Amino acid sequence: MARFWSIYFMSWAALAVALCLAAPSLGWWFPDTGEAMSSIGRRIDGLFYIILWITSIVFVGTQIALGYVLWKGAVKPAHEKATYSHGNHTLEVIWTVIPGIVLLFIAIYQMDVWAAFRMRNYAPGEIEAIAEVTARQFEWRIRYPAPGKPLMPMPQPDDVYTVNDLRIPVGRPVSISLRSGDVQHSFFVPVLRIKQDALPGTVIPVWFDALQPGSYDLVCAELCGWGHYKMKARVLATSEELFQKWKQEAVLLQADDGLQSASPAESTAADQAQTSTP
Amino acid sequence: MSATITPPAVSIPPGDEMHAVHHQPGWIRRYIFSTDHKVIGIQFLFTTLLMLMVGGALALGVRWQLAWPWERMPILGDMLFRTDGGQITPEAYTMLFTMHATVMIFLVVIPILAGAFGNFLIPLQIGAEDMAFPTLNMLSYWFMWPAIGCFMLSFAYDGGPAAGWTIYPVLAVLPQAAPGSGFAQTLWLFGLTFVGFSSMFGSINYMTTIINMRAPGMTLFRMPMTIWGMFITAILQAFALPVLTAAGFMMLADRMLGTTFFIPGGLVVNNAPATVGGGQPLMWQHLFWFYSHPAVYIMLLPAMGMVSDMLACMSRKPLFGYKPMIFSMATIAGLGFIVWGHHMFTSGMNPIVGMTFMVSTILIALPSAIKTFNWIGTMWGGKLQFNTVLLNCAAFVSMFITGGLSGIFMAAVPVDVYIHDTYFIVAHFHYILFGSTLFGIFAAIHFWFPKMFGRMMSDRVGQIHFFITFAAFNCTFFPMHLLGIGGMPRRYADPYHFPYLEHLLPLNQFMTYAAIVMGFAQFILLFNFGWSIFFGKKCGRNPWNSNGLEWQAPSPPPHGNFDVQPVVYHGPYEYSSPVSGENDYLPQTEYMPRRPDQSQGH
Ligand code: HEM
Ligand SMILES: [Cu+2]
Ligand SMILES: [Cu+2]
Repeated sequence: MARFWSIYFMSWAALAVALCLAAPSLGWWFPDTGEAMSSIGRRIDGLFYIILWITSIVFVGTQIALGYVLWKGAVKPAHEKATYSHGNHTLEVIWTVIPGIVLLFIAIYQMDVWAAFRMRNYAPGEIEAIAEVTARQFEWRIRYPAPGKPLMPMPQPDDVYTVNDLRIPVGRPVSISLRSGDVQHSFFVPVLRIKQDALPGTVIPVWFDALQPGSYDLVCAELCGWGHYKMKARVLATSEELFQKWKQEAVLLQADDGLQSASPAESTAADQAQTSTP
Repeated sequence: MSATITPPAVSIPPGDEMHAVHHQPGWIRRYIFSTDHKVIGIQFLFTTLLMLMVGGALALGVRWQLAWPWERMPILGDMLFRTDGGQITPEAYTMLFTMHATVMIFLVVIPILAGAFGNFLIPLQIGAEDMAFPTLNMLSYWFMWPAIGCFMLSFAYDGGPAAGWTIYPVLAVLPQAAPGSGFAQTLWLFGLTFVGFSSMFGSINYMTTIINMRAPGMTLFRMPMTIWGMFITAILQAFALPVLTAAGFMMLADRMLGTTFFIPGGLVVNNAPATVGGGQPLMWQHLFWFYSHPAVYIMLLPAMGMVSDMLACMSRKPLFGYKPMIFSMATIAGLGFIVWGHHMFTSGMNPIVGMTFMVSTILIALPSAIKTFNWIGTMWGGKLQFNTVLLNCAAFVSMFITGGLSGIFMAAVPVDVYIHDTYFIVAHFHYILFGSTLFGIFAAIHFWFPKMFGRMMSDRVGQIHFFITFAAFNCTFFPMHLLGIGGMPRRYADPYHFPYLEHLLPLNQFMTYAAIVMGFAQFILLFNFGWSIFFGKKCGRNPWNSNGLEWQAPSPPPHGNFDVQPVVYHGPYEYSSPVSGENDYLPQTEYMPRRPDQSQGH
């Protein structure tokens, strides 16, 4: 029975490793293609895989060690006494220093990613905010400035609004002003590896980029009430031109009073004339 | 280990507390409002085991919804949600996971470690006749009941509190924010305050008892690891808990007196008039985690201590690296006070501060690693007794490794940004709180049961329970790492609302099946426990041939514990010592003739 138990312990660890190896091909891995679609997301994934390697080696090593001591205990002849030892100073030093070095490496190695992610580019204004995203129970309200105008802290008469649909241009860093209208929420775009809580009473600038055009799920990651699970939205990344064109059409659509229908081309020209006058 | 050969100076004159005559109190004073630490410990044990079943049932509700969303839940759903046709509504779902965590943390893990085992073991293991403040001790148990009352009563109001066990404002503060944020939330806060009282009474008592009431010769560095675990936990508790209590009162004031500590102005919640404010919701997170990170160690360190003792005994080998074990435990406790911000990397806290918390969090993994290696070292070369106790202890070590390693991912701030508030976190803390602590508790129940009731629990039944629980546990919780990597957020009543999560449904169903098996397996434990109290094999004082003082007292120990005042001559880990002759153990009360020369580290 004793041998059975030592095998039992080793087999769970083996199964866990096998499951992790099989998981990507079974689709139980990062969402969609498995690849991050933002530049910072790629660096995060790189960090993830390095840590995965380190922890896997430690996991396998320690579980084998555990299985080994159990096995040795199981096959020990009945008349033998246990080794009488209170410890070993050298071993203590070794297994303090080596993990210490590995941990130090992890700590230092990740600093640059975090700095790039949140520290160096944190200051608002470096990249202009393209929209204000206000989370509320249970939807995302998005406010864009009119074409050619900067986003103002307070709503403007010519702002454009969408709900649960954040449009961004692809291929360059964009920034949003994240706020909450009621309780706390969290702006989470899994494929872009971006998450930031929306804190009531605070406007938080969040920057990210999308490397490829596409529609990315935007979900809420902080409990915000019974409908937390249904704050379903998307981030639609399109080319710069399409983004601008969409915004102009949206302006028209929003201003449309149903009486006179100006052709999009005309109004765009008018719009530009209007914004270029000082 | 102390190198003293002769019995050291006696700190308490022997017999001083012993000659007080013990007259037997009446039945009520003996079994209900008892001041005897053993009775209180057992009361805590029964209560927490009962609560374990309640918390488990709530968890099965959560798992049901994740596997078969919006379908009628048999038995439990019919009982709890009859008006909704046995179906779990989203409101009920939020209540289920909130109360699951609340019950498990505040009514099971914390009180079973400190309340049940701390109470039962501290005086016995240090050779005292009772706690320093027996009446306070009794109150610490009886303050649990108003807490249980408040928590249970809160179910009755609008579906129960539903803001998670972390009760982040503004959701938890404004009654209009959620159905459960009304009176139910106020009751919840009162419940929290009562458990706080209970813990605080306990921790004052444990500190005083351990410092003042040790038997002659029981120097600090001769104390078993269990005592060290309880001692360090009591200190953690005493320093961290006041912060939570104060924060809880601030939130109560926000809710009932119109203050706005945590409420900013201008929020329009659920179409109610805009809030007037000036408060800061982030402050709650700081205050809450300032307590609750140390609290996760409050939920672990005593189990670490108990497992160290049991592993040494079941390996028939001295604990590997006794002092490194103590120092690493103390380091974990100390660092535990400066890592709270790792729960807030995405909260909007200053990102530069996040870097500091990252470093301290990485640091705390080091003493955890040291402890793991020392446990494996303890088993290495041992004469392992493959019984329920050893198996559960080995599971503790194996699961702690897993939970500690997943902690590394989360300590990497950029990675945590992705996995924060996903199922990866749920996997992490279940590996530690269930995988480690609860398996440690299972071991401790089997190990100290003979001392509590004078009878043995069935080892065969114990092994069956372990076999099922361990397999089902890993089937339930290991795949959660994958859900988290897949981007499945926690606390979602219906993740499949999102196409990118749809393919996770079969995996979730598998996990729910495993969870159901695991839940039912706990009846094996309860059965073994209850049956053995009455019909277990009778045992003598020291069925495990263990060294600790508690095994020198009769089983079960009478009022006053010891028939002779124990005097301690050496540490508790002299197993298989060459000087112990035929036996492979040397109780702490037995004089050790000469120091064996091969012992290391002096
Ligand atoms: C190797 C050591 C450990 C490290 C590096 C670590 C790291 C972390 C981090 C960074 C988080 C926050 C994750 C997030 O929410 O994004 C976390 C959460 C948590 N940890 Fe650990 N941890 C460690 C050990 C432990 C231990 C020993 C326990 C329990 C005894 C524990 C219990 C928890 C709990 C309960 C949570 C989640 C609380 C919640 O959000 O509801 N961890 N851990
Ligand atoms: Cu939410
Ligand atoms: Cu923590």
